[in-house]
Amino acid sequence: MTRKENKKPQPSPPSSSSSTSGGGGTAMRVIVPLQGVFQGRGGLFLGSVIPCALYYLFQLYVKTRTRHRFNSPPTSPHSNSTPSPSHNNLPELSVHPRSLSRTHLSSPTPSAFLSGRAASLAADSPYYAGLYKAAENSYHEVDNPEGVIHLAVGDNKICVDLVEDWMEKNLSGAVLEEGGDFTGIGITGISGCQPFDGVMKLKVAVASFMSQAVDNSVFFNPSQMVITSGVDPAIEILSFCLADYGNAFLVPTPHSPSFDGAAKWRTGVEIVPVPCRSADNFNLNIAALDQAFNQAKKRGQKVRGIIITNPSNPVGNLLSHETLLSLLDFAREKNIHIISNEIYAGSTYGNEEFVSMAEILEVEDHDRERVHIVYGLSDDISVPSYKACVIYSCNKNVLAAAKKLARLSSISAPTQQLLTSMLSDARFMQNFIEINRLRLQKMCQAFVARLKQLGIECARSDGGFHCWADMSALMRSYSEKGELELWDRLLNVAKINVTPGTSCHCIEPGWFGFCFTLLSEKDIPVVVERLQRISEATK
Amino acid sequence: MGIEIEKPCVVELSNIAVSNTHGEDSPYFAGWKAYDENPYDELTNPSGVIQMGLAENQVSFDLLERYLEEHSEATTWGKGVRNSSFRDNALFQDYHGLHSFRAAMASFMEQIRGERAKFEPDRLVITAGATAANELLTFILANPGDALLVPTPYYPGFDRDLRWRTGVKIVPIHCDSSNNFQITPEALEGAYKEAESMNTKVRGVLITNPSNPLGATIERSVLEQILEFVTRKNIHLVSDEIYSGSVFSPSEFVSVAEILEARNYKDAERVHIVYSLSKDLGLPGFRVGTIYSYNDKVVTTARRMSSFTLISSQTQHLLASMLSDKDFTELYIRTNRERLRKRYEMIIEGLRSNGIECLKGNGGLFCWMNMSPLLEKATKEGELKLWNAIIHQVKLNISPGSSCHCSEPGWFRVCFANMSENTLQVALERIRNFVDKIRTHTLTAGSN
Repeated sequence: MTRKENKKPQPSPPSSSSSTSGGGGTAMRVIVPLQGVFQGRGGLFLGSVIPCALYYLFQLYVKTRTRHRFNSPPTSPHSNSTPSPSHNNLPELSVHPRSLSRTHLSSPTPSAFLSGRAASLAADSPYYAGLYKAAENSYHEVDNPEGVIHLAVGDNKICVDLVEDWMEKNLSGAVLEEGGDFTGIGITGISGCQPFDGVMKLKVAVASFMSQAVDNSVFFNPSQMVITSGVDPAIEILSFCLADYGNAFLVPTPHSPSFDGAAKWRTGVEIVPVPCRSADNFNLNIAALDQAFNQAKKRGQKVRGIIITNPSNPVGNLLSHETLLSLLDFAREKNIHIISNEIYAGSTYGNEEFVSMAEILEVEDHDRERVHIVYGLSDDISVPSYKACVIYSCNKNVLAAAKKLARLSSISAPTQQLLTSMLSDARFMQNFIEINRLRLQKMCQAFVARLKQLGIECARSDGGFHCWADMSALMRSYSEKGELELWDRLLNVAKINVTPGTSCHCIEPGWFGFCFTLLSEKDIPVVVERLQRISEATK
Repeated sequence: MGIEIEKPCVVELSNIAVSNTHGEDSPYFAGWKAYDENPYDELTNPSGVIQMGLAENQVSFDLLERYLEEHSEATTWGKGVRNSSFRDNALFQDYHGLHSFRAAMASFMEQIRGERAKFEPDRLVITAGATAANELLTFILANPGDALLVPTPYYPGFDRDLRWRTGVKIVPIHCDSSNNFQITPEALEGAYKEAESMNTKVRGVLITNPSNPLGATIERSVLEQILEFVTRKNIHLVSDEIYSGSVFSPSEFVSVAEILEARNYKDAERVHIVYSLSKDLGLPGFRVGTIYSYNDKVVTTARRMSSFTLISSQTQHLLASMLSDKDFTELYIRTNRERLRKRYEMIIEGLRSNGIECLKGNGGLFCWMNMSPLLEKATKEGELKLWNAIIHQVKLNISPGSSCHCSEPGWFRVCFANMSENTLQVALERIRNFVDKIRTHTLTAGSN
């Protein structure tokens, strides 16, 4: 079952020129007169005055419309749904200082400055474009069978029924009821100021869940945890703690598109990609890591750490015991950190065994200070919008800084209470982990098999929520452009929103991520039929 | 097992991680330590430290509790979860936030302003607390090395929220007691020039209205002057209105939103309002904050950036039903204001009877107390010496003005809404004894 149409949010792509036309004006004013110069004397007059006049009239028109916009907020899903070149240029222009253009504006309201960091966020990407399209026109089996099937977000709803069952049985009263089924604290206990990195009760529950997820091979210390409101803040907090502005992290590609935001946006840290290839099933190669490190050094970039995702996203492969050891050796030799993003540790389903960095550190304990692990909570237990994630580290200084930063992304007390209750129910969690694994395996195998029938091969995956599919045969040209063109057809013709490899910085064009955990068995034939439309059209 | 001499693993951390720009080493937070080590309890520890440095609102809890008891089915899942919106809610991953929640917040904000301003739900961006909202806006409106102008005295947490990760500076707008610490055009210009002299670009002014720590609203004429200033300099205005629902008399609070609406939103694209439920509703543990912006680009950018600081959909759902119950919110707002006013009058009277004057306040959870006559020396050191005595002898944790960057020594912020009336009486009694002791000591010293 996919999202219902009636709860569609109102996305708002930035309106193209409401607050930035002044900045655009500065650039135009240089270009337009130059045109006239090149066209000769008569042309000089016509070539400069007429375009200028038209442009100023256009500005006036836009400004007049802008004034009326404040009572109609930026919610028009029907405008600006696909990124256009000028649209993408505007954020840079908006950063341009205002002083030059004031005297030329017919309207007295110059637009206010936005930072460089805001500009990079405002730029559109396939991720946002797909999100808007999917939100405007979500698929629903009954109400909107021609809607967009959204498979570009890493969510798992395969076991949400188990969570519903649990809540039905365990939540007999209000969330905040005194003496209720939670911890009997009542509102006064949970509404006041709390430790921003999570209450100890939740941490203890999380420690036990984490142990279960790695088959009890590791004991997790609750005092070494910082709980945050999701993976993005967790990665961002670690990025702020381990690297300075302008430093870099090595990250094997393809990687989750959200790293671009979490590791880079506000921190000013760079990502140096370490390309992995399909010939290796996109497994990490230490030689490639070394090469990327040396190249970064030559460029004058200081590498502060490596970010690995295990099970990986979007490919879904696992890092072997041997690779993890080699990684640790490498990090030790270069004296850098490792961030091990293990948010899918509870969602492995293949025959290969998952090895957590925590297990490696049980033995290699002299390197504990350099390894920091991120575990997902809400994602693993099918309540992704409850937004909860754990940073686990043995480094006291990192913990101290992360604890302070957690204040800016902490989880509300009622959600902490709910999660504590659920995670402390050991029998439920054990059962959940087992059933989750079985269902993931079943769904993945079913989906991969159907894709294979269409001639689409997937990389081997043993965990996570995605199938990483090779759709290069359907591209019109074997290039990034060809890939994005295919992505566009998938979105607008097949009406399936998937993640293109470019968003994940995959070095080989034509790979796409399908989040199969958003599908129910009934949806698979629908997806396949839609893909057939594209594959037939390409032949 | 033999003894191994291990080479210690020394991996560097970032400058941000090791710096103290978070400001948490200031006396503001140090006083909390004294409280944590020896907290007052009416029954079990009557001689402990009374916490008067925490701006939390506990005076209207009973209203919330009663509402939640009576409306448990609306605010939770449980029996009937399968027929409910639980599944959609749990899977609803959208950084816009639930529309029902944003609509409820918008309506609540309108009620607080006596319907004198309109808020569109789609201009609200949700964050995990006002702390995150202020930081997020700073990331959006200013580059590292730029500055925001903030009137003094200000909330000590701004040093962390506006500066730590953002790399943005705070340049103070100096206010003093000669005019009740109001912001003047001269002070605004002075701050701007100070930034210019440091070659620092000013990107905006950030005001708190009602003010923390002053506990007083900003007058309409002053707001208009500030608006005129920011328009002239082409910079932003952030108005943190986190205490707007805690103004004792509704007619005394003027929000910048009202002024903008009255002038048909001229120059509104540079104005952004921050709000939270932590103070007015007394729910700091819920981590609910919002940014309301009249600037489309800021709304879009803030929304995307809010992925780092989202509120769980469960919490949104819970609050949406409560805040859209207009009868309840009206009752709550009215009762809360009344109770806070009574508390305020109680503490003002209590202090006055001991010869201690406070700034005339009309909102918030604290009063701005003038203890300068009791200082040995009218300096920051003198103030900290007095503050130390108050923490360790009187056993009250109050916030010294210097931690709020107040330019005049001797002022202290005293919170009154995070305790029972009995505890407040105990605190006032302790102050009386302390003041008597100082006066007696002074008299004795003077007569020798």
